Amino acid sequence: MLEIAIKGSKKYWIWLAVLLTVMAVAFAVYIDQFMNGLMITGMSRDVSWGFYIANFTFLVGVAAGGVMVVIPYYLHDYERFHRITILGEFLAVASLIMCLMFIVADLGQPVRMLNVLLYPTPNSMLFWDMCVLNGYLFLNIVIGWKVLEAERNQVKPPAWTKPLIYLSIPFAIGIHTVTAYLYCGLPGRGFWLTAILAPRFLASAFAAGPSFLILLCYLVRKFTKFDPGWEAIQTLSKIVCYALIANVFFFFCEVFVVFYSKIPGHMTHIQYLFFGLHGHNALVPWMWTSMILMFIGIGLLVVPAFRNNQTLLPFTCIMIFIGTWIDKSLGMISGGFVPNPLHHVTEYAPTVPEVVISLGVLATGLLILTVLFKLAATVKEEVRG
Amino acid sequence: MKNKRENFLNKSSRRGFLKAAGISAAAIGIGAAPAIKAVSIASGGGDAVSNMPVTTPKAEVLKAKRWGMVIDTSKITDEVVEGVVAACRNAHNIPDFDHKPDEKKYPNTRPVNKTQEIKWIWEEHYKYAFPEMEDEFLADKFKSLPFLVTCNHCKNAPCVQACPTKATFKREDGIVIMDFHRCIGCRFCMAACPYGSRSFNFRDARPFIEKINPEFPVRSKGVVEKCNLCAERLERGLQPACVEASEGGIVVGDLEDPESEVRALLKENYAIRRKQELGTEPSVYYIM
Repeated sequence: MLEIAIKGSKKYWIWLAVLLTVMAVAFAVYIDQFMNGLMITGMSRDVSWGFYIANFTFLVGVAAGGVMVVIPYYLHDYERFHRITILGEFLAVASLIMCLMFIVADLGQPVRMLNVLLYPTPNSMLFWDMCVLNGYLFLNIVIGWKVLEAERNQVKPPAWTKPLIYLSIPFAIGIHTVTAYLYCGLPGRGFWLTAILAPRFLASAFAAGPSFLILLCYLVRKFTKFDPGWEAIQTLSKIVCYALIANVFFFFCEVFVVFYSKIPGHMTHIQYLFFGLHGHNALVPWMWTSMILMFIGIGLLVVPAFRNNQTLLPFTCIMIFIGTWIDKSLGMISGGFVPNPLHHVTEYAPTVPEVVISLGVLATGLLILTVLFKLAATVKEEVRG
Repeated sequence: MKNKRENFLNKSSRRGFLKAAGISAAAIGIGAAPAIKAVSIASGGGDAVSNMPVTTPKAEVLKAKRWGMVIDTSKITDEVVEGVVAACRNAHNIPDFDHKPDEKKYPNTRPVNKTQEIKWIWEEHYKYAFPEMEDEFLADKFKSLPFLVTCNHCKNAPCVQACPTKATFKREDGIVIMDFHRCIGCRFCMAACPYGSRSFNFRDARPFIEKINPEFPVRSKGVVEKCNLCAERLERGLQPACVEASEGGIVVGDLEDPESEVRALLKENYAIRRKQELGTEPSVYYIM
C-alpha cells in the first residue's frame, strides 16, 4: 500500500520538500541542543518545562480527539463517520509520533531514554504515560493500516481488529487522563492540583482534535477526489461545540473554587495568567486572546446558521484550534510554574532555537500525516472509482 | 579483607553498592571506610575517580536511622550564609555563574542565563521560605533574617515518587539521593518538588567551577541534582560541609534517636518545617 505515497502530483512533492527543509533546519538546531544542552532554551530553574512539554500536552489531546470519530462509528454504527474514521486514526498516529518526539527533545540525556524501560517504575506517572502513549500509537497503526488494506481489497477487515478497536477507546481516554495525572498529582503546584484537570484536558482535546479533523477534511476535499462528506463534518462540528462548552465550563468551575475559597497558593497562578503578578504579565494578552477565541468559537457553533455555513466553519475551527492551543500549552505549563513554590516570579518565553526545533517536530508530524492521508484518500478514490 | 572488598565491588552494581554503603556500612566493617569512599565517588561518576587519593584517615562512618537537620535561625547571619554556601559549592563542584570562565581552557563559552543556575543550599527571606505563613504583622527580626533552604530529605518525597527511572531514590537512612548516571533529565522531579530544591544542568558546569574538587564528581549536562546531605562525607566520618561552616547554626543528626543532638534541640525549642501541610514530612527543622 505504501507505493501510493511515492506517486504524487508536483504540488505533493513541493509540499513534502518544504516539510523536509523545515525538518533539516530544525535538526541542525537540535544538534546544537544535543551538544550544548538545554541552555539554548528559555527554560529555567523555576520554569523547568517549556514549549516542548506544552506542545506535547496539547498534541496528546489531538491524538485522543480521534476517539470522537471511533466511538460513534464503531460503538453506535454511525454510518456517516464511515469515511472519516480512518482519518481520525491516522491523525492520532501523526500526533502521537510528534508527542514522542517532543518528549525526546525535552530530555536532558536523550541517549538514556531507555532507562525508563530498563528500570520500570510504576509509582511514576511518566512510566504509565509511556505505556499508554506507545500502546495507543501501536493500536492506531495496526487498526488504521488493516482496515484501510481491507477496504482496498474490498474484503472485511480481519476479525481480530475488532477487539483492538474496542481497546483503543479506553486507551484514547487513558492517554489524556494519564497526561493530566502527570501534573495534577504534584503536591506543591496549586494550579495543577485539581481533580478537574483530567476532565478539562479531555474536553479541550475533544474540541481541538475534531476541529483539526474538520480542517483536514476540507483540505482532503480540496486536494483529492475523495469527499469525506458534509454531513460527517456537520456532526463533527456539533461534537466540537459541546466539548468546547464543557472545557470552558470546567475552567469556570476551577475559577469559582479558587477565587471563592481564596487560597493564595491556588489563586496566584490564575492571577498571573490573566492579570499579571508583581508586574510580570507576559501571558496576559495570550490568555485573554484564548478566552475570546473560545467564546467566539462557541457562539459560531451554537447558532445553526453559522455552524452550517460551509465558508465560515473552517475559520471557526482555526479560531478554536488556536484558542485551545494557547489554553492548554502556553497557559497550562507556565501557569503551573509561575509563581514558583517559593512564590518567586520567573517568567518564561521560548527562545528561537526552541521554536525552530518545535517546528521541526511539527513538520515531521505533518509529513507523516500527509503520507497517511494520501494513502487513505487514494484507496477511497480507487474503491469508489 | 582486600579480596572481600574486591568481590563486593565486582558483584554489586554501583548503585546497589552506594545504597549498601549507606544502609549497612557496618556489614563492611568500620575499617573499610576508604572502600566506601572509593565507591561513593565511583557511583557518582565524572572524571574524579583517577585523581582520588588512595588513603584517608580511619574514621567511624556516621550512621543514622533517619538523618535530619536542625537550623538555629538565631545563629544564621549573612556571614554564616556566605560561608555555608561557599563550603557546599566547593565540596560538590557546584558551578558559579558569576565565575568568569578561563578563556584558554574553555574558549568561546556562551554567556550565562542566571535563571538556569544551580543551587544546593541558598538564602531566602521568611516570606519565600514559608510563603503560606506570610503575615503582615510578622516580628521585624524575622522579616530580614536570612533563612537557609535546601533539600528537605522528605520522609514522603514527591521527587522519589515522580522519578521514572529510580535515579532519585531514598536510602534507608532517610537521605534522598541521586544516581547521576541513571538520570535521563526529564525534570519530572523538579515539577514534583514543592520546595524548589532541585536544579538542572542546562549546560556543562566545568567552565564555571573555579577549582574542581577531585573527591566529588562533576555532573554532566542534562541531569538534575540537589543536596545529598554530604552522604560522601558522612561515610568518611565527617560532618556535612554546611554544618562545618555554619559556626554552630546547623546541626545534623539522627531524628529517630531520642538521645541525639538534633532531638535534644527539638525538645527544647520551637521549630517549624517548610510546607508541613503537604504531608511530605521534611527532615529539616528551623528553630525560631
